Amino acid sequence: MNKELKIFGVVAFFTLFLYWGVEPYAHSQMHKHVEGHNFVYDGTADIEEAEAKLAIAKESGVKVEKAEATAKAKKEFWASVAKISKLKGDPVAGEAGFAMCSGCHMDGAMNMGGVTPPSLEHAGSLYDKNYLIALVKNPAMASNVDHKYADTAMHPMGSVSSMFPDDQQIADVVAFLKAKKSGELTTKEAFTDACGRCHAMRYAKTSQLGDTPKFKYKKDELKYQVKILEEQDLVKAYMGKLPPDLSIIIRARGEHFLETFVENPQSQLAGTPMPRTGLSEEGYEKVKEYLTEIGDPSKPHREAIGPWVILFFIIFTGLAFLWKKEKWKGHH
Amino acid sequence: MAHFEKANSLNEWMDQRLAVNTIKRVMQTEYWIPKDINFLWAMGMVLAATFGILLVSGIFLLMYYKPDVNLAFDSVNYTIMSEVGFGWLWRHVHGVAASLVFLIIYIHMFTGIYYGSYKKGRELIWLSGMLLFVTFSAEAFSGYMLPWGQMSYWAGMVITNLFSGGSLEAYALVEWIRGDYVPGDAFLTRFFMLHVLLLPLAIIGLIVLHFGTLRLPHVNNQEGAEIDFEEAAELYKNGNHKDSKVIPFSPVFLSKDIFVMGVYFILFFYLVFYHFEFAMDPVNFDPADGLKTPAHIYPEWYFLWSYEILRPFSKDLGLVAFGIAQVIFLALPFLDRSPNVAPASRRGLFHYWFWLMLIDMLVLTFMGKLPPTDALFANIGLVAALLFFALWIALPIITKLEKKL
Repeated sequence: MNKELKIFGVVAFFTLFLYWGVEPYAHSQMHKHVEGHNFVYDGTADIEEAEAKLAIAKESGVKVEKAEATAKAKKEFWASVAKISKLKGDPVAGEAGFAMCSGCHMDGAMNMGGVTPPSLEHAGSLYDKNYLIALVKNPAMASNVDHKYADTAMHPMGSVSSMFPDDQQIADVVAFLKAKKSGELTTKEAFTDACGRCHAMRYAKTSQLGDTPKFKYKKDELKYQVKILEEQDLVKAYMGKLPPDLSIIIRARGEHFLETFVENPQSQLAGTPMPRTGLSEEGYEKVKEYLTEIGDPSKPHREAIGPWVILFFIIFTGLAFLWKKEKWKGHH
Repeated sequence: MAHFEKANSLNEWMDQRLAVNTIKRVMQTEYWIPKDINFLWAMGMVLAATFGILLVSGIFLLMYYKPDVNLAFDSVNYTIMSEVGFGWLWRHVHGVAASLVFLIIYIHMFTGIYYGSYKKGRELIWLSGMLLFVTFSAEAFSGYMLPWGQMSYWAGMVITNLFSGGSLEAYALVEWIRGDYVPGDAFLTRFFMLHVLLLPLAIIGLIVLHFGTLRLPHVNNQEGAEIDFEEAAELYKNGNHKDSKVIPFSPVFLSKDIFVMGVYFILFFYLVFYHFEFAMDPVNFDPADGLKTPAHIYPEWYFLWSYEILRPFSKDLGLVAFGIAQVIFLALPFLDRSPNVAPASRRGLFHYWFWLMLIDMLVLTFMGKLPPTDALFANIGLVAALLFFALWIALPIITKLEKKL
């Protein structure tokens, strides 16, 4: 018996060591470590990135001035965001300012410059306050995709700064958005508002145009398919490639990756055209919940059945042990 | 027409027609197993049970899987995972079993090496077992293609490319294997056929052969002792269970096997319900995309050691090394020149050889997954690969020097 346990110990040790080597250890070495920022948007990561690029530029002596200017602009930008954040916003005054937003951000909005403007119905609970301030101030900087617009096109929402030239106006409109709570936000709405305009989710039967309706006639269905393809072409032209379908992204990426990627896409995929969406922690949790519902629907079933199956095998093993003892009686 | 008496019971009726009592006696109650064994002797039955699980879960998955590059991914990840009742359970069971079966195969193999269970009449047991390892490897690889995710596609690309033979540049052979210039529909359907028909048939045939090879030389025991099975069996049948060195396969040996299986199934289902990700690489949850190479391409853990033997050398040398590593274990009974059938602990230098080989293969496995761009990992991998071959070259020499026990 003692010898058996010793052998079992050796086998268990090597098995666990093997597991450690090919799973936790290998993965810790294969993926670069990215620090999360708990969904606080104060530009820390952006400034660090710009400074790292500046250091590389200085070392190679290429485009030093440009890198210097970017780093400086980022610092100034986030300092001004912090300043506006301290102002007391007036939601009532903000409502008037919001009228300017709803010209584009409305129900049934059409694609504008590559992407359909999102509904702002739930913006207050989905997005972070500082991020919203930054976005109104300078959308490209806020989403950390300013490199895309450095010398060519303008951000599709670029004109917003001319609508809110005054810091107090920005504080007011953000105060209005944060105060506006229109009912409990469902996980699906969170996904649709934050991700669904670029990312389809075919396992939930949604495309960039929202839920795909059922059609009685094939020709209507095909017409709708064409509409989806046209919308996807616009998104593709704007983003450089069609953003991936997110049906099972929850299983294709680790939890930490998804969280840090959503917080700041550049941190995990430098140069990506994906903008930072500015989700608050609460907003991200809702989105994650939806991704899990669709991408990992067996989770509740696993949790419900798992303990019973394991209990069954514990009882099975106990009975098997008694049977074995009975059969081996008188053999030693 | 032979003469048949009227049967008085179903058993008698069956016995007259199928000799069931003889079969039962020969295969179970008078199939003698040495008594001096430990739980590692149950790994064969654990493997048989795991293969059974793979077969049953595979049959269920086969009812909904669609071998078509446009449908395969969604048939697995959507239809089976969300629409089919308990489809997720069968898939996770299949995935976890595919990984664990290799863990048990490796334990089973190293048990055989440790106790010298491949020598003196047991060579065919070892050879048929190694052929099973090769067919299980092919089965695992072909199965890995089926979900048609990123890792399926790129692993298929890399492994089929090996057949170009390095500087031989036999791309015609690679295209012939793929049925296309790159992995595509023809590739998927032929690997589907291999996975669900040809290879399982070969495995079942080899399992029968493997069991057959055990019959005459009998199962080894903890001390490698030679046993007079007829004498021991006589003693046992006369009721002297205490002094007899053997036990019948059924029910005595089986009762222990089933207990060990129980312990194994607790671990197995813990993994199925709470820790299945280790067997299902996240990268394969992205659909196959020939225009997007994943950052890291690596095989499943059980192929890592041989992958690492391929990597550290130049193209042609690496292929040769890889090829040798695939078949060298088959030669074990012939490279071990010692007449001793005994546990490694009593075999002098071979004891060191055993543990060095085990640790070396673990190191190769670890390095096989780590990025080779890191100089430290690459160097450790190279040293471990060289040690692997050094150990095989040393084996005939150290076993020749071994004292007869």
